[in-house]
Amino acid sequence: MSNAFIAFQKNDESRCIVEAILDDNPGAMVDDQPSMVKIDVPHRLVIKRETVEEKMGRSFDLQELQLHLITISGHLDETDDEFTLSWNA
Amino acid sequence: MTMLKTLAPYEFKSSDAVENYKGRQLLYVNWERHRMFSRPFVLALPPETPFSEIVDRHMSECFSYHPDWQQIDWNTVIWQNGDQPFSPDRDKSLKDNGIGHKDLIRFRTPGLDGIAGTGY
Amino acid sequence: MDMKVAKKLGLKERYSLMTRDLAWDTTFQKMADVFPQTTYEGIKIHDWDKWEDPFRLTMDAYWKYQSEKERKLYAILDGFNQNNGHLSVTDARYINVLKLFLGSTPPLELMAARGFSMMGRQMNGAGPRVACQMQAVDEYRHFQTQIHSISNYNKYYNGMDEFAHQQSRMWYLSDGKSFFDDAITAGPFEFMVAIGFAFEYVLTNILFVPFISGAAYNGDMAAMTVGFSAQSDEARHMTLGLECIKFMLEQDPDNLPIVQRWIDKWTWRGTRKLASVGMMMDYMLPKRIMSFKEAWEMYVEDNGGALFKDLARYGITIPKCFAQTVEEKEHVSHQSWIGFYMKPGATPFHTWIPTPDEMDWLSEKYPNTFDRYYRPVLEYLDAQEKAGNRYNNKTQPMNCQVCVSTMKFNEPGDSMEMCFRESVYRGEKFHTCSDHCKEIFDNEPEKYVQTFISSHQALQGNCEPDGVDVDAPDYRPGARMLDYWRLDERATGDFNGSDDQKNFAVWREQATKN
Ligand SMILES: [Fe+2]
Ligand SMILES: [Fe+2]
Ligand SMILES: [Zn+2]
Repeated sequence: MSNAFIAFQKNDESRCIVEAILDDNPGAMVDDQPSMVKIDVPHRLVIKRETVEEKMGRSFDLQELQLHLITISGHLDETDDEFTLSWNA
Repeated sequence: MTMLKTLAPYEFKSSDAVENYKGRQLLYVNWERHRMFSRPFVLALPPETPFSEIVDRHMSECFSYHPDWQQIDWNTVIWQNGDQPFSPDRDKSLKDNGIGHKDLIRFRTPGLDGIAGTGY
Repeated sequence: MDMKVAKKLGLKERYSLMTRDLAWDTTFQKMADVFPQTTYEGIKIHDWDKWEDPFRLTMDAYWKYQSEKERKLYAILDGFNQNNGHLSVTDARYINVLKLFLGSTPPLELMAARGFSMMGRQMNGAGPRVACQMQAVDEYRHFQTQIHSISNYNKYYNGMDEFAHQQSRMWYLSDGKSFFDDAITAGPFEFMVAIGFAFEYVLTNILFVPFISGAAYNGDMAAMTVGFSAQSDEARHMTLGLECIKFMLEQDPDNLPIVQRWIDKWTWRGTRKLASVGMMMDYMLPKRIMSFKEAWEMYVEDNGGALFKDLARYGITIPKCFAQTVEEKEHVSHQSWIGFYMKPGATPFHTWIPTPDEMDWLSEKYPNTFDRYYRPVLEYLDAQEKAGNRYNNKTQPMNCQVCVSTMKFNEPGDSMEMCFRESVYRGEKFHTCSDHCKEIFDNEPEKYVQTFISSHQALQGNCEPDGVDVDAPDYRPGARMLDYWRLDERATGDFNGSDDQKNFAVWREQATKN
């Protein structure tokens, strides 16, 4: 099964986002690289607005992800509450 | 059969047609298994140029940097024009040797395989 | 008492109100006359409304986030420059990677901006039109910010000021130029496969992720911030490219063979374009983060592999060139570096032989090839340089008619042999570097007979600085190539002994002592 992945620039906001991903995606693998962090999850990776808000202690619009994103892998589906990357095969 | 699709007639000349070279033609030369030279070099020469000038001047200028150059036994060199076997006559011209525009001359020096036998 | 505010619209509703609902079909003129480009390539589209927009980014949100990205970027750039950040890079060799990047990348970003502006006009559907327009603005931003970030280095180091002049003239920049020229002169759907899909989804990861992370590792905050800022737009670009592929495949089964041919073609063209990126990672970054081979495995084999496996449900197969790229990942960075090293007088950046510990790193990363093929020649060239006989090959290169790389790649399966392929079209020979480039040529020879090959143009007398009489009896074609390129001689030659090397040492000394 292929991995979906996402990578962020390392900063305070993305630290919270990464924590949220680790909470919501059992099996997530973190790859720390200079000034960036990449997270792989087999098949499907989801970022939940609520969990990110909990980590940040403020309200969060998932489109703010755009500020820190470096790259993604997988088909994207974005709603107000979830940002999902997945492979069909 | 071409797969090109266009919205309008599409007719353009080749950038490297022989008439663009004012009486000269392109020739590429490669020394096989000596990739220190990275890729073949290209010359534009009149078809009357004797083949000896390619070897004695142009090849020597470029390839003599390689320690194998001095070791070559020219009697054993194997020549190709493109992928065809070929025996050039040193004293004849490019034209009389059957070398045309944009031909690629490749030569192999048996026993000499570059620095430490790496092909470089 | 708090006022109860009307509930905000959901993302999907907001998106459709502010994009698709603002579009209309033309009535005074036929839609087919207004949008002629989307049919002539043979792609059949039945319903443009089926186009999905996964990011659902509206224009107002787009401006908001982009302006925030720019503010962050320029704050970091200012800080870096005010603090003499250029002296904090690992060593002065690093700066040469920026010179190569400056010549090869921003001009292509500009071509991408042009291409996506055209797509924004040519596509029928409102969804792809909006996404293409945003991407055009993004690409323009990348073009500008890359130049801005490097402009500070231009105050101190040689060889950066003529990159725009050199773009369409320099021998080693022709591969990238031809890549974009080929894409932009194709129809809109092929352009989307070329740039949106093959380049953005399969290949830019290599350039912008490990390479930019490598810039950060080497202390270059300017390149890091500009690279990551650009890359934050790429997730949208990749999604657009992938969406376009899915859309074509879902609209009509007749589209499959056309799309497959484009995927095969552009994956290969992109692979050839990346050979010099491999050399940047393996040879030009003094502190190395990962080898080109490892990056290739992570981003092309695994990630690209996942994608092709996923697209198999539409009948798409892995690009034909895939096996050859897997073999070549062990070789291309070394072959490219040797090709550049031997031309010290013909590039506006310096080259050098890796130090012994750098060679050990290469041996470790390339256990199958480095010691066997490349170390001996590098050590030989090093000894020659130390003996005062630095390699300087003065010949002009032979190039591939399609990818315009110099003909430096090996025959698949035999690393000792060079690979040459040949086609004859209208009585003229055309040489290509591989089976894949040959196939591209043979499919559309009318297009590729026009390729601009710098060495050939010079031999025709077309590469002369102003004022040279090409009909004079003593005229020698190509003799004034350096003037034609406006090549600053201080920027040429080996790194050892260069102005950059000396100046950097002096300035760093001044920065750390009283
Ligand atoms: Fe870009
Ligand atoms: Fe892009
Ligand atoms: Zn090629």
